[in-house]
Amino acid sequence: MKILVCISNVPDTTTKVAFIENETKFNTSGVQYIINPYDELALTKALEITEKSGGSVTVIHVGTAESEASIRKALAIGATEAVRINAAANDASYVAEQIAHYAASQNFDLIFTGRESIDYNGGMVCGLLAAKLNLPSVQVITSIEIEGTTAIMDRDIDGGKEKISCSLPLVVSAQKELTEPRIPNMRGIMAARTKPLQVLEPTAADQLSTVRSYQLPPAKGACKMIDASNAKDLIRLLHEEAKVI
Amino acid sequence: MSVIVFAENSEGLFKKSTLEAVFYAHELGKLVQQNCIAISIGQVDEVQLKMLATYGADQIISFNQTETNTFNAELYAALFANTAKNSNAKHIVFANTYTGKLIAPRVAGILNAAMASGVISLPNLDNGFVVKRTVFSGKAIADVELNAQVKLISIAPNTFTIFEVNKSASIEKLESTIGTEIAKTKSIELSKQVGKIALTEAELVVSAGRGMKGPEHWGMIEELADLLGAATACSKPVSDMHWRPHSEHVGQTGITIKPNLYIAIGISGAIQHLAGVSSSKVIVAINKDPEAPFFKAADYGIVGDAFEVLPQLIEAAKSIQS
Repeated sequence: MKILVCISNVPDTTTKVAFIENETKFNTSGVQYIINPYDELALTKALEITEKSGGSVTVIHVGTAESEASIRKALAIGATEAVRINAAANDASYVAEQIAHYAASQNFDLIFTGRESIDYNGGMVCGLLAAKLNLPSVQVITSIEIEGTTAIMDRDIDGGKEKISCSLPLVVSAQKELTEPRIPNMRGIMAARTKPLQVLEPTAADQLSTVRSYQLPPAKGACKMIDASNAKDLIRLLHEEAKVI
Repeated sequence: MSVIVFAENSEGLFKKSTLEAVFYAHELGKLVQQNCIAISIGQVDEVQLKMLATYGADQIISFNQTETNTFNAELYAALFANTAKNSNAKHIVFANTYTGKLIAPRVAGILNAAMASGVISLPNLDNGFVVKRTVFSGKAIADVELNAQVKLISIAPNTFTIFEVNKSASIEKLESTIGTEIAKTKSIELSKQVGKIALTEAELVVSAGRGMKGPEHWGMIEELADLLGAATACSKPVSDMHWRPHSEHVGQTGITIKPNLYIAIGISGAIQHLAGVSSSKVIVAINKDPEAPFFKAADYGIVGDAFEVLPQLIEAAKSIQS
């Protein structure tokens, strides 16, 4: 089983978001970067699959050299090898094109992405990548079992779950329930230093979207406080004043 | 040229998110001076199809035959993309539901369209084609320019107010020209929560955190939610401790929701949690710690113990019901 896991490098979830250069750029000053949490779950699941039935896990990242700490962490968690496409990741279509270009020559049985990145939240790379590689895709999966050359998965749907099967090769995106993240141990961290990390130059691709500027959401007005002994009044206010119930 | 919208059905019925997408496509059509074509795939009757005209479709295309009546992402994406191509569509609209998330990027890939998901505004056409979408899991909003000839917009549910515009659209019944061998994924089983409101579609949400002290106390949360007709949700620690299922976890690494009302009980309001709920229209925070950060993000607040406040709320909700 040859698995590819696509990882992105995102600001830690505790980050307070701020913008610079006339609100056109995210302020990275003092921001701690991590592997996108959903991608990390995808990686862990990929490792569980190869530990059971053999194979290799390659991680791929489209980004600049600044992301190397996250790539090394992926290797420390247990990935066999890593590939970095040396280009800034500013557009889902561009990123999917880079990954598709690499994956097209590699015969992966299974390709994982995260459900979405927690910074741009597009949730598009999985489907775009599958379309570009002419493969099926199943997004937002909460479980996956491999039986021979078939994958059996659960995916989230509105108000429930769907059990779905598909023969490999296949592109999937990981949702929270898929597995628990793994903390790399000392041996893994040491081993990661010498694992192969290949840097490839990007292929020509169009960038189909551009962020022009950012804004913070409008601030909330003052919070109207209700005394705990008169909590009933909340229901009245929601009914009569806010008119939401 | 037309604006084309995917009219997603759920067991033959159009949900509010679909009508929002149709209305958005109609409004977008006015901006770019094009008519609006809604495409429905699956077993949907005429009464339902006509509802698409009520909310803005000028023309309705319905694929309703055995081969296409079972949902399949590959087949639906190919059929929709093909129909869009045949109508020379340059603007495509989806609702960003789980189904939309599955099909829309695939359609964008096939058509080489520039796509924006979770869109919260109509485009600004003053200088390019620029839409607003939430980023950083709700912590910010980005103005995104779509640069390709074909543009695909997947709109955030429960964002746009819709009105009846009552058009008299024709319903065109077409047959799929896509071979079913394209369908690679196979559905084995659907399990939907019965009698519960889906969190992703809920207009009202009652959510609780560690302040509830243990899963055995969730009865009160569910009772209040039932009385209000709300869905239940929880904070990350609660789902991490398996007090509640992961599917109820709202926040930056759970699901992002924007209901009309979000009641947070015993949740302090960590930045990651607020990111997932801050777009809710009205927010209520109930916490015994007056310094809880949630009060800064809330419209209404009660400083108090959940176990004292909840019974009062349940009683008041009962009286409002009767």
